[in-house]
Amino acid sequence: MGRTIFGKIWDAHRIESLGEASDLILIDRLLLHERTGGIALKSLAEAGRSIVAPRQVFATMDHVVDTLPGRSDRTIMPTGRDFIVATREAAIAAGITLFDLGDPRQGIVHVISPEQGIILPGLSLVCPDSHTCSQGALGGLAWGVGSSEAEHALATATLRVRRPKTMRVTVNGTLRPGVTPKDLALHLLGRFGSAGAKGHVVEYAGEAVHALDVEGRLTLCNMATEFSAFTAIIAPDDKVFAYLKDAPFAPKGEAWDAAVADWRALASDVDAVFDAELDIDAADVVPMISWGNSPQHSVPLASHVPHGSDEALVRARDYIGLGEGAALIGQPIDAAFIGSCTNSRLSDLRRAAAILKGRHVAPGVRAICVPGSGQVKAAAEAEGIDRIFLDAGFEWREPGCSMCFFAGGEHFGAQERVVTSTNRNFESRQGPGTRSHLASPETVAASAIAGCIADPTQMEAQS
Amino acid sequence: MNGFLALTSIAAPLIRDNVDTDAIIPSREMKSVAKTGLADGLFAGWRYREGRKPNPDFILNQPGYAAARILLGGANFGCGSSREHAAWALAEYGFRVIVAPSFNPIFRANCVRNGIVPVELDARPIAQASGPLTVDLPSQSITVADGRRWTFAIDSEAKAMLLDGLDEIGLTLLRAGAITAFRAHDRTLRPWAYL
Repeated sequence: MGRTIFGKIWDAHRIESLGEASDLILIDRLLLHERTGGIALKSLAEAGRSIVAPRQVFATMDHVVDTLPGRSDRTIMPTGRDFIVATREAAIAAGITLFDLGDPRQGIVHVISPEQGIILPGLSLVCPDSHTCSQGALGGLAWGVGSSEAEHALATATLRVRRPKTMRVTVNGTLRPGVTPKDLALHLLGRFGSAGAKGHVVEYAGEAVHALDVEGRLTLCNMATEFSAFTAIIAPDDKVFAYLKDAPFAPKGEAWDAAVADWRALASDVDAVFDAELDIDAADVVPMISWGNSPQHSVPLASHVPHGSDEALVRARDYIGLGEGAALIGQPIDAAFIGSCTNSRLSDLRRAAAILKGRHVAPGVRAICVPGSGQVKAAAEAEGIDRIFLDAGFEWREPGCSMCFFAGGEHFGAQERVVTSTNRNFESRQGPGTRSHLASPETVAASAIAGCIADPTQMEAQS
Repeated sequence: MNGFLALTSIAAPLIRDNVDTDAIIPSREMKSVAKTGLADGLFAGWRYREGRKPNPDFILNQPGYAAARILLGGANFGCGSSREHAAWALAEYGFRVIVAPSFNPIFRANCVRNGIVPVELDARPIAQASGPLTVDLPSQSITVADGRRWTFAIDSEAKAMLLDGLDEIGLTLLRAGAITAFRAHDRTLRPWAYL
């Protein structure tokens, strides 16, 4: 019987069986951020233990740092500075690579890891952050862990892991024009629910998936955690190899050639068997938006808030302040946010800028763009994208997670309606009582212009 | 960490699906680079009203549930952020068992590493029982005074860790020889994986 890509990577990293379904798995890369990583480093040091492979451990500042221009270690979030300083001191003492404030490589951990070639096909990578699943887009086995597991990986270069089941999600055919990877992710959540992939390693496959560029794949894989997956992965192909070639931490010369030869053999065998399979037709996917307080509350943009007296639906409608059957398009908004590990990469900003060019944000709407990394920001500025955002009335920020979540610092207001390119619309996620609607960067841009939820495909690009 | 054998306690029902880690411990409640000082922020968004006054409608503020050490939850419990602060806050508050039909995988692993038993069972019928529950880990069972009994599955690795309160890192370091040998051989197969 053939093996899946997951099975091949798992087998190559299995040091020992721990009985039943658990294995001791080699961890090739470990990423840390100041919110949950600093504490792992601190706890390790307090236990008098050292890092097995410090050159394979990286840390960045993204979660609590300010994203305002001219920022420093001081944060709007009370005690944020403590997290930054503790992580910096622990990272320096441990001898790991740190992408600190002011470093042009600094940014959101799941944006910078692919940029730097830290994640590579076939590698195992963990990070104490649930959206680590994003990085499966490059063909590595990358998953989110807790701080204690991160500490375990630091001290042993391994994790004790229960072997997850596998699921293949095949997207056949071609996505319609104007339908984005974010819409595909929201479609899957709306259709199969937020427990749809419960505990499985999801392999995204099919024509429509391989037609996506690497950044689009990162968006799709990013929301596997909202789908309750263990993680997501996509078989690496020439697009991935071209993306990674010459990245700072990717192999060079003969080592690169040997690596690519190895990576080409990673794809699931044709006779590989999955524990579960979902097949969808790409033509069924349309522009989407979330209406409620869970990512599974995602519906076509041109539709309505669902009917029903189920307790969870009633609670969600109350929270979001919309009644049964209310049309989503046309709902007035207070704010628009483009950023996060889901949609803050150069291609995201380019597509939003194409809508914003020559237009202006509606009066009374606060609009913010936070590039995912220093590299994204610099590349966007070299193309003049920052000017388009600024001229349209958007704020143009320094890289970080920013208002994807409320950590005690900056936030949106109570009952404010925000269209956001982020990944979670949980209650109070972006501010106490804030009403978040998840959508693509295009939909966020179009809504910012219109002052209400709007369909970007109905907005002709202006030249 | 202390091992877990059995526990008899009142159970607090919080049976809604998709209770996320932002709800369990809001990010704004994670104020220091420490695993402690979190119990006060547990469920803060639901537990407190303005001015941090207890919300009398919230289950943990109701008389009779103050001593609850067992939490009954809904499906996909602990979804969202991987923050281990959710498990730390629950443990510090005093919860040692969570019963829910399903758990987010990262949250479940965080529970096991912090001495909280994640019991995968539909909590609704259990919530109907009056009086305290007894959760017995060796026999993987929950019993109530009227004699009703439920059994649950848990993998042997998690069970052993919970029973003995093991230092997982110490346990793995006993295998350091095998890890070193594996890495040395693997380095010849995948040199690009080593920096």
